[in-house]
Order: sequence, then C-alpha cells, then structure tokens
Amino acid sequence: MTEQIIDRRPPVTKTGVLGWIRSNLLFPWYNALLTIFAGWAIFSAIKPFVQWAIINATITLDPTVAKEYSGAAWGFIRDMWPVFMVGIYPEEHRWRPAVALLIVLSLVMLTLVRKFRGTKWLYTLWGLSPIAVFLIIHGGFFTGLEVVDTHYWGGLMLTLILASVAMLFAFPISVLLALGRSSDMPVIKSFCVAYIELVRGVPLITILFMASVVLPLFLPTDMELDKVLRAMVGITMFFSAYLAENIRGGLQGLGKEQYEAADAIGMGYWQKTLLIVLPQALRIVIPPMVNNFIGILKDTSLVGIVGLVDLLQIAFATTSNPKWFGRLEEAYVFVALWYWILCYSLSRYSQHLEKKYASK
Amino acid sequence: MRTTRTLALVLAFVLTASCAFASTLQDVTKRGYLKCGTHIENPGFSALDSSGKRIGFDVDFCRAVGAATNVDVKYTPLTSKERLPALQSGEIDLLSRTTTQTMSRDTNLGLDFTVVTLYDGQGLMVRKELGITKASELDGATICLQTGSTTELNVADYFRKHNMKFTPVVFDKQPDVRKAYDTGRCDVHTTDVSGLAAQRSLMEKPEEHIILPELISKEPLAPVVRHGDNQWGDIVRWTIWLTMAAEEKGITAENVEKVSKETKDPEVQRMLGVTGTLWQNLGLDKDAPVRIIKTVGNYGDIFERNLGINTPLRLERGYNKQWNEGGLIYAPPFR
Amino acid sequence: MSQHAHEKARVPFWRNPQIRAWIYQFIMLGGLLWVAFTMYQNTLANLEKRGIGSGFGFLQNEAGFNIGETPPLPVLQGGFLWFIAALIVGLFASRAIAVWLKKNDTTITASNKSVFAVITLVGIIPVLVLFLGSDSISFIRYTESSSYVTALLTGFANTIKVTILGCIFSTILGLFVALGRLSPNWLISKLCSWYVELNRNLPVLLQLFFWYFIVLQQLPSVRKSIDIGGWLILNKRGLYLPAPVAQSGAWPFCLAIGAALIGIYFIYRRSIRLLNERGTPGKIVLPSIALLVALPTLAWLTTGTPFTFEYPVLKGFNYRGGIDLTPEFTALLVGLTVYVSAFNAEIIRSGIQAVSNGQREAARALALKERHVMRLVILPQAMRIIVPPMTSEYLAIAKNSSLAVAIGYPDFVSVGGTILNQSGQAVEIVGIWMGVYLSISLLISLGMNWYNAKIKLVER
Repeated sequence: MTEQIIDRRPPVTKTGVLGWIRSNLLFPWYNALLTIFAGWAIFSAIKPFVQWAIINATITLDPTVAKEYSGAAWGFIRDMWPVFMVGIYPEEHRWRPAVALLIVLSLVMLTLVRKFRGTKWLYTLWGLSPIAVFLIIHGGFFTGLEVVDTHYWGGLMLTLILASVAMLFAFPISVLLALGRSSDMPVIKSFCVAYIELVRGVPLITILFMASVVLPLFLPTDMELDKVLRAMVGITMFFSAYLAENIRGGLQGLGKEQYEAADAIGMGYWQKTLLIVLPQALRIVIPPMVNNFIGILKDTSLVGIVGLVDLLQIAFATTSNPKWFGRLEEAYVFVALWYWILCYSLSRYSQHLEKKYASK
Repeated sequence: MRTTRTLALVLAFVLTASCAFASTLQDVTKRGYLKCGTHIENPGFSALDSSGKRIGFDVDFCRAVGAATNVDVKYTPLTSKERLPALQSGEIDLLSRTTTQTMSRDTNLGLDFTVVTLYDGQGLMVRKELGITKASELDGATICLQTGSTTELNVADYFRKHNMKFTPVVFDKQPDVRKAYDTGRCDVHTTDVSGLAAQRSLMEKPEEHIILPELISKEPLAPVVRHGDNQWGDIVRWTIWLTMAAEEKGITAENVEKVSKETKDPEVQRMLGVTGTLWQNLGLDKDAPVRIIKTVGNYGDIFERNLGINTPLRLERGYNKQWNEGGLIYAPPFR
Repeated sequence: MSQHAHEKARVPFWRNPQIRAWIYQFIMLGGLLWVAFTMYQNTLANLEKRGIGSGFGFLQNEAGFNIGETPPLPVLQGGFLWFIAALIVGLFASRAIAVWLKKNDTTITASNKSVFAVITLVGIIPVLVLFLGSDSISFIRYTESSSYVTALLTGFANTIKVTILGCIFSTILGLFVALGRLSPNWLISKLCSWYVELNRNLPVLLQLFFWYFIVLQQLPSVRKSIDIGGWLILNKRGLYLPAPVAQSGAWPFCLAIGAALIGIYFIYRRSIRLLNERGTPGKIVLPSIALLVALPTLAWLTTGTPFTFEYPVLKGFNYRGGIDLTPEFTALLVGLTVYVSAFNAEIIRSGIQAVSNGQREAARALALKERHVMRLVILPQAMRIIVPPMTSEYLAIAKNSSLAVAIGYPDFVSVGGTILNQSGQAVEIVGIWMGVYLSISLLISLGMNWYNAKIKLVER
C-alpha cells in the first residue's frame, strides 16, 4: 500500500506577503539595513512635507486667517489661479485663452475617437488650430476682437505657446537640416553640419541673448521685433538643431534598400524623400521627438532670464503681491507640479509609443 | 538654416509698423488716445491697482498730458532695455518711466528730455538692527544689486573713492535683488532712492529697513519725447510746469474751477487760460490747464499721493520741495 | 548604343541631377551671402545710429565694476609658461613613446615602459618645473580697475570650476542611484526611480531657484552662524573652512605625496602581475599606507611645517579669511549635480542592463564575489555603452552652468552680460560667448572620444 503523502504548503518564508518581504526587503542582512535606511529617508522627507502641505495647511482666501496656520496657504493658489494660468492677460479678456484651450482639448478628444482618426477633415482642423488659437488670443485682424499685445501674455499659457510654436516651426526646419546633413551636396551639407554643431555647442541662454540683443541689430534700422517673437525665434533655432540630429538618426536607421528601390522605380529626389524616406524615418523618431518636446517645455523656463513672464517667473511675480507676501514655497510647489505633470505624462507617452513601435 | 533667417526677416516685415513722423499732436488727436510708455510694475511709479487700473507717479504725468490734449491714455509697459528704442521707433508718444537724464542720452539717441519730475540719486538701504547711520561704516559689506545699469559702476566708484571693500551679489532682475536682500543674503541693497523705497514697500517687514542719507550719484528723472517735434516737447514741458506752478500758487484739483473764476492774480489767470492765449499758442484749447489740474492735481498732490510719507514708499520731499521752500522744483513764469 | 547616346543628348541640362545639385547649391550660397551681407549692412547702420563702435578693442578698457568671486588667475609668464610648455612637450613625447613601443613590442613590459614614460613626462617633469620656477609664478586677482579681459577670464574660471566639480559629483551620484535602481531591494529601487523621475521632469532653472531661494535661505544669519570649533562655519553667506597657507615645507610635502601615489600605483600593478603569475595577489593595503605615511612625514621632518591654517573670523559684516563657498556657487553646483545625476543614473542603468545576462552568470560560475562581478565584469563592458551619451550630459553641465546668471553666480555668461550692458558691444560679447562654449564643447567631446577609443572592444 502506498502511503499518500499529503501536499505540503511551501514554506511561509518563500511565498506570499512574507516571502516577498523577505526576498525583496530583508535578505541578506545588509538589505535589511538598506531597507531601514531607505524607509528612514523617505519618512524624513515626506513627514515635514505632509505636515506643511496637508496637516497644517489651509485653503482660506483670507491672507490674515492663513497667517495663523503654520503650513501652506493654498488659498493663495486659489486666489491667484488665473494669474498663474495667463499672467497679466487683461481680466475682461480671460475667456479668450479659455476658449483657445477648449478648442485644442476638443480636437484632442476628437482624435481619441477611433472612427475620426486619420480622416482628412480632422487633419485640416488640426492644421487650422494654431491660426485659430493665435487669432483668439492675440485678437485683431478680421476677428473684431480687441488686440491683446504679447506684453500681456504670461503664465502657463505663455509656456505652452512658446513650446508649441517652437515645435511647430522647428519641425520643418529640422527635417530640412537633417536632409541637408545627409545629402551629398558639399555646400549644403557643410552649412547644415556647421549650423547643427554650432547651435548644439552653445547654451540656450546665449542663443536667447543673441535673439534679444543681437538680432535687432541684424534687421533694418526702423524694424522692431516683438519680445515674445524674439524668444520664439531663439528657441526655434535652438531646438531645430537637436531635432535635426534625432531625425538624422531616423534617416540612418532606414535600410539602404529603401533608397535603392525608390531609385529603381525612377522616383526623383523629392518624390523619394516625401513618399518613401520621411514617412518611415519619422515614424522611428516619434518617441525621441516627444522627449525633445519635453526638453523644449522645460527649457522655455529660460525665457524668464530675457524678461518674459512664463510659468516659472509668475511664481515670483505673484509672491511680490503684498496681499500674499512671501508665499514662495506654495507658488514653487504649484508651478513644479504643473511642469512635472506635463513632462511626466509626456515621457510616459513616449515610452508607450516606443513599446508600440517596437512591437510592430 | 537659411529658412530660419528668412523666416525671421519675413515675420519682422509683417510686424513692422510703418510710422510716418507727422506732428505728434495731430497723430494723437486723430488717433484719439496717447501712447505712453511706463514701467511694467514699479510700486509708486506705475502699478496696477486692485481694479486693474494703472496708477503711479509716472502714470500721473501720462494722464496730465492726456488731459492736456483731451484724449485717453493707453500704457505700454516696457523694460529698461526696451524703453528708449520704443520711443525712437514711434511705438509710444511719451516715455514716462523713471529715466535718468544724461548728456549722451539727450544728444546721441534722438531723444529730448523734458522737465525733471523727480530729483533722485542712488542710495543705500540697510537693516535697522545693524545700527549703521552713514555709508562710511559699510566697509566689508555684502551688497545686492542689479546688473545692467550705472548702479554697478556708481557703487564700485564710491567704495573705491572711500578706500573701502565690498562683495557684490549681482542679479539680472530687481525682484531677485530684493528677495536676496530680504532673506539676509546681503547687508546692503542699492539702487535709486525712489526705487529703494518702492522695493522696501514690497519687503516682508518694510519698517525694519532704513535708507542711508548719502546719495552716491545724481539721477534726475524726466519724461522723454522724440527729438525734432518741438511743439510736442513744449506741450509736455508746460503741462508738467503747470502742475508745479499750481502747487506754488496753492491750486488743487478740488479748487481749480473756483480759483479760475475768482482769482485776481494776473499770472494765475494767464496760467489757467482765463486770460491770454498761452495755451492756444501751444496748439491746445484754453480749457486745457483746468482739465489737467482737475485730472491729476498739482505736483505736490501727485508726489504725496504716490510716493509721499503716507504711502507704502514713505519718501520725503527732500530735493523735490518747491524752490521757495529750499527744493529744486521751479516752474518758469507763465507769461 | 547610338540610341542611348541620342537619348542622353536629349536630356536638357536642368534635368541632369549633378548640374541641378550645383545650381541648388549655387542659389543657396548666393542666398546665404545675400542674407549675410544684408545683416552686415544693417548691423553697421544700427551701430552707427546707436553710437556704438565695433571691434574687440574695448576689451582692454577698465571694467569698473566688482565681481563677487575672484579666483586667482595665473599670469601667463615666467614659471607658469614653462610649466605649460613642459606639460605639452611631455604629452606629445609620451604619446610618441607609447606608439613607438606598441609598434615594436607587444609584451606586458612594453606597457609598463609606456606607463613609466607617461608618468615621468606628464607628471614628474612638469611638476619639477613648477617647483623650480614656483618663485616666478605670479597670480592676479580681478579688481575694479582690471580690464574687461580679466573680468571675462575670472568668469571663465568660475564656469570651469563649477563644470568640473559638477561632472565629477553627478557621475558619482548617478552611479549610486543607478545601482540603487538595480538593487533587489524593492524600497531602494523605488526610491531611486522616483528620484530620477522627479528630477528629470522639472526644469533645471526651477531646481536652481529652489536650492538658492528656498533651501539655502533656511540657513541661519551671520550672527547666528553654525560654528563647529572654528573649523566649519555655516550661514546664509556661505560655508567657511580654514584655508591652508603654504609654508617653506609645502613643496617637498606635496612632492612626497605625489611620489607616494605613484609608488602605490606600482604596488598595485605588481599585485596584479603576481596574481597573473602565481595565482595569489601581492599585498596592497599595508605597503600603500606605509608609503603614504612615511614619505610625507619624512618630508615634513626634513623641511619643516608644510602648511598652517588660516581660520575664518567674523570681522564687521562677514567672516573673512579661509575658504569661502558662497551660496550662489553651492546652489549652482548642487542643482546641476542633482539634475544631471538623474540623467546619468538612467544612462548607467541602461548600460549595465545592456550587458548580457550570460556575462553575469559566467562570472558567478567562476565564483567571483558579487562586488567583483560588478567591478570586473559588468562595469567595464557597460562603459562602452555608457560613455557616448554620458559625454552629452557633461556637455549639458557645461552649458547649463550658464544659468548661473539667474542666481547671481558670476560665471562667464553673467560677467559677459554685465560687460554687454556697460559697453553695449552686443555682437562682440555674444561672439565671445559662443566661441568659448564651442571650444569647451569640442574639448569635452575630444576628451571623451579619446577615452571611448581607449576602452573600445578590441576585436580580433
């Protein structure tokens, strides 16, 4: 007779919560020490922050009441919310950026609907949207809206506008630069190489200084260039060089047979480039391009140094307001949160794209 | 790439305003408003009040000129680097933005300084608790200052002249300077006295800071117009002088109507356009002076309202007293 | 054949790709020249209108302003010149010797000889020159009456200082964070990955402001300084440490330390040689310590005290004397280090992960200790993947150090900006900025390329 052996459960210390804790946190001994150290580090960083930001905080709109709390005065953010969003954009016109945002958001929503994706009219709407946004925010021309000069643009709106405009204009320029750099025409190639290497070799801030103090010298004497426009020119010049290097990577990643096949069926240069090379090359470089956009978004904060009031500078501007004097920490945390959410979600998106294309 | 530059050029062409230099007065009346360049934000000089209206010492002179020409005023906020080019290019009609009159600016840049509205100078601010009463006690101090102006050179010269040493901490923007000084990074904050007072009003505890009595430079601040349009320059000049003369004669916004009807003083009668054609000769109407005073009051009112001892800036009149009280404010005769 | 020729003849010249290419390029060149010429004309007109001269002559003018941090600059004459000459000659000579040895002989003794040559020519001889000529080396410090050139050089020295330290610290910190992310310890790896995500997704300027205006301003004021026995003083104005002042025995003392370090290097090589020949490594630790203690002590005893210390003392407003790390410098260094270390950590992590698992398993199968697996097997291979992207991070430090202007550290851009404002010579200053940063970028790329070539996989 065979004795039945009762199934034994695996040792508690190898599976389940305990097992996980043992193998991931406590074993071997120095791991336990590290766990304690990390736990202590996290605790000592989080505790004062939570105390400041939540436990001792208040959301009252009254600054005198807020002074009685030792923690954060989030009422300051509530009070100043529109200023953080649009800067000193005139109060009676604040609905206009909101409408512009609504347009962009509804376009994004439409794009998310699978049925509409890839349709011509959606492309057309996207193509027209920058113009519409500009007309609404700036006003003037045929719209009948009062002109709100770029002097008044600021806050998150300015940051997003600068980043989007830079991306929008840098993209075609960088495609040309990348094509030029990989072409075999010596003059064009050397110009593109020189431009790319020159721009990549110097800090953005010197380019911004150049755009703000030297560019006006290059233009005819009676010509005045808008300050925001100058910053846009600087950022666009800067990022087109970085973008061009990414796109060149995509061009190089393309097999030689693609070029040869295109040549074999008698395509001209532009036909070959537009129909065969770019569609494939650009697909490869979409994830790095999103990363590039994150870079632009972060680096727009430098325009504060040449006197624009972007999201970061607004943190200073609002804290000079006597009503909410010296609430610098709150403003910083709020601004940092915005940057972080934007950049982090974009970087997750780029990782997602990378996986999507890798699996194809 | 070539495209970037051509793009910049094209954009620039699109945005260029073609400005023909006709008579500024005609332009302004035809346009219906005066374009006045001011600070973006400088408490006491040009700032937004709670209802979003622009107020301040510099702004009041814009309003006075607007009242003289009987038009509205629109403000163009400018940084210190932009202000002179904006006037040169015709983007604004009048620059009233704490601009120091210097020979090179007056003669080289196609500009005309009108009347000094504020006799200012670079000063030094310290904490009261340090117990310092004069600038000569500042040897070895750390000084926060803004780069890009004569401030930096003046303070270096002053310390060198008095054989003292200091450590500068230099920032690009005034708010950064203030923050660094306010948090205790520096012992001394230096800029024009009026600016110091404005910065002090924005500090955490304004009453804990004092401005030392010494001025280390002369900074006469005056509204500026373009060179070449003498009529416009005269309008601005005599508008400002009117506010100064009004203080001397005790005329205020409240009593100006009454005075203009009842006065027996022939100069006041000429000044307020009751008799004579002084204002018509300038190209204005004869109600202009009364309108000006009713809009902004006299010089003393403008000073006290924006900068004076009862405002957050707490500035003394100092050199800006009337000439007969020992100051430098002196309007020529209205004759 | 004839038909082919006929067809070829019929192709009009503008359809010929080669000719077309030349036409395009010609048009482009013409366009560029036209744009350049217009810009030149405009610039001349604008400069004349604003009453600004052109050219670099203004650099000799007296600066007149003050700079917060003025490191001593060696004057390019006397001993310093000899030192540079010895260094350059030594570099080239040692390179030549190494190449020559490699060509003639590929044994291990050849590499020993070339190491010896490098140490003598690049290390010992220039230092000897420095020692012999140390009396004729003079330093200048920037003052208000110095020229604009000196001001720019001072700013440049400040930039270099923060860049070099930033590169070193961000690499070390990045390495630790990367190892932490790869750690089997769940908590540590999460902590490190949040560190990376937090720092990567915030603008560096915001981080600099955070360190400067929020963290460092929490420090006590001058009168309430944290004072640890006069050795370390910390307040809002900076961190003060005692400064060593060189005495008569300084030079022999430094030479002795240098000699000890070279000796340790040879002890280390001997140990490896013994390991290869006999299977047991030679002793390293004890002889090294002995050497490091004995030689300097000997120097001290024979030539007298090498250093005395100058302590920071509160005089008037501030502490004076000693070494002074300003909050601006500290904030810039810490901010750049933390920001770039997040990127470095990711680069190092992906480099380590790219080393195939077989390597790790093979190393373990050979019973290597876990730390040896990392140091001897994984890291050297990961280095090849790590170096190229790391180069661009180092370049990013050099370039981002220009953000100093926002927090008041007198770096190259900040000082240049002041000069720009004082003199109005915008074109010249921006030209100098770009030229200098380009040179720094090129130098760092060159250095890293050289290193990359050195560690490259030698394929059979």
